[in-house]
Amino acid sequence: MTLSAQATAPAGHSPRPVYQLHGVNKSYAQRNVVALSNVNLTLHQGSFSSVIGSSGCGKSTLLKIMAGLQSPSEGSVMLDGKPVLGPREDIGMMFQQATLLPWLTTLENILLPIEIRSGRHSARAALDKAHTLLELVGLKGFEAVYPGELSGGMAQRAAICRMLIGEPKVILLDEPFSALDEINRDFMNMELQRICLQANATAFLVTHSIAEAVILSDVVHVMSPRPGRFVEAFEIDLLRPRTLDMMTTPEFGAYVHRIRDLLGKGALS
Amino acid sequence: MSDTLNHAPADPSSASPPPSTVWKEKQSWLDVLPTPVAMAMLVAIFVAIWQAIHLSGLVSPIILPSPARTGAELITVGANLLSGGFVFKAFLVTAQEVVFGFAMAIVIGVTLGIVVGETHFGERAVMPLIVAIDTMPKIAFAPVFVAWLGFGIASKVALAAFVAIFPIVVGVAAGLHAADENSRMMFRSIGASRWQTLRRLKIPAGLPQFFTGLKIAAIGVVAGAITGEFLGGGRGFGDLIRTAASQLDTARVFALIFYLSLLGLATYWCVVLAERRMVFWRRTNAVAGGGR
Repeated sequence: MTLSAQATAPAGHSPRPVYQLHGVNKSYAQRNVVALSNVNLTLHQGSFSSVIGSSGCGKSTLLKIMAGLQSPSEGSVMLDGKPVLGPREDIGMMFQQATLLPWLTTLENILLPIEIRSGRHSARAALDKAHTLLELVGLKGFEAVYPGELSGGMAQRAAICRMLIGEPKVILLDEPFSALDEINRDFMNMELQRICLQANATAFLVTHSIAEAVILSDVVHVMSPRPGRFVEAFEIDLLRPRTLDMMTTPEFGAYVHRIRDLLGKGALS
Repeated sequence: MSDTLNHAPADPSSASPPPSTVWKEKQSWLDVLPTPVAMAMLVAIFVAIWQAIHLSGLVSPIILPSPARTGAELITVGANLLSGGFVFKAFLVTAQEVVFGFAMAIVIGVTLGIVVGETHFGERAVMPLIVAIDTMPKIAFAPVFVAWLGFGIASKVALAAFVAIFPIVVGVAAGLHAADENSRMMFRSIGASRWQTLRRLKIPAGLPQFFTGLKIAAIGVVAGAITGEFLGGGRGFGDLIRTAASQLDTARVFALIFYLSLLGLATYWCVVLAERRMVFWRRTNAVAGGGR
């Protein structure tokens, strides 16, 4: 069940590759650090992939390169057939913190990407879409509320809306719920799955929780540090939609066990 | 509390534990006093000491007038102020200097603050110079401004602005660094330009620091205007105070200073009101970046 880093598309999904990385390297010359070494990755339309690794293995660098926030030292990054050379409209991103602006209402926060890219007029035109998204994440009725009055989970839901408002082709998630408590995190992960399935989104998640990676993903890539590289990819063959109850099944446990085993070896070497 | 909970009796008469076992938080009566009462009490003590010193006859009434005499002068000066007499005219002059000086300080301070906070050049080259000038006793420049701008209102406005600029520059520059790294990254990821990032993220996120600088400046601007009047003449409040002092009319000096402090208080309160309007989101306890 383990695959090469360039995993084939999971069954049931369109095999069309959306996001492709070839031979991506990143090194910081001054500090003599190789952050990423020969990373190859393909994300297929509608699939959910994740990358897991210990802190400092280069997974955040990888995500920044994929988001166009940082350039690789070498390698090609293609989204939808066009090279990624900077931040792009068809990439949605979500961070550890909700990063909502406290002086804007929830609705204004969600429309911010549209307003920044295309101005106020376009933002007004996207109002209907924003309302639909708010309903999708269960924040209907909170349009005029300021972020200071939202709970952590609600703020992250609003951040999901802001990420989806531009109808991105791929969504990049940087440990999006790690600031939440475990009960809320499990719940939000299930919500994320529901939203992704409903929007048929192609998602890429960076995490350091094995259980989170397994329960959400079609493919889990394991990264090893110094230099940051992909060591193995696991295809997770659990039914969709996944439920939290699946986390107690032997199959789930077996995946977790094998990934932890691999990570443990990586830490020793 | 429900009274079915027998381990937490609501009625103290029923089976309360022996007093020796009760551990109660102790609070000083001073801490439970309502704030206005506490303040009034302090003022009363202060006046009582003042009166005692006066009655002892140890200090000449020319140096320290009695509270009653000062109170009477307070009423005389206040009546003149309200009826549009010479005190009112002087008040207008000083108020004008304060308003113009403050406006000038805000325009120049904000511009310099943005240069310092937003550009690398400003941070490296402009900021050290500003710090160097800020460490100078700015009041010492008063004769220079008088020499340049004459004995009219202009030299006082210039000195008032000069004193108030620096806290504004520092507040703006610090404020522009207030937005956290995650919010900046979010702005970059949605393709915001530098101008958009400044206008939509850094400036709003920096408003609390800006207003902190503005509050310090609001106090400085009145001090600057009065110093300018002391050293450069004119028809303002500073001149009235100087004249009264030279006539050894200490009670009048005290009364004038009291009304002058109202001008400072009004300036300060304008800033506080503006802050409440513009930084409304801070009261909800949020940080730029949210949910941290």
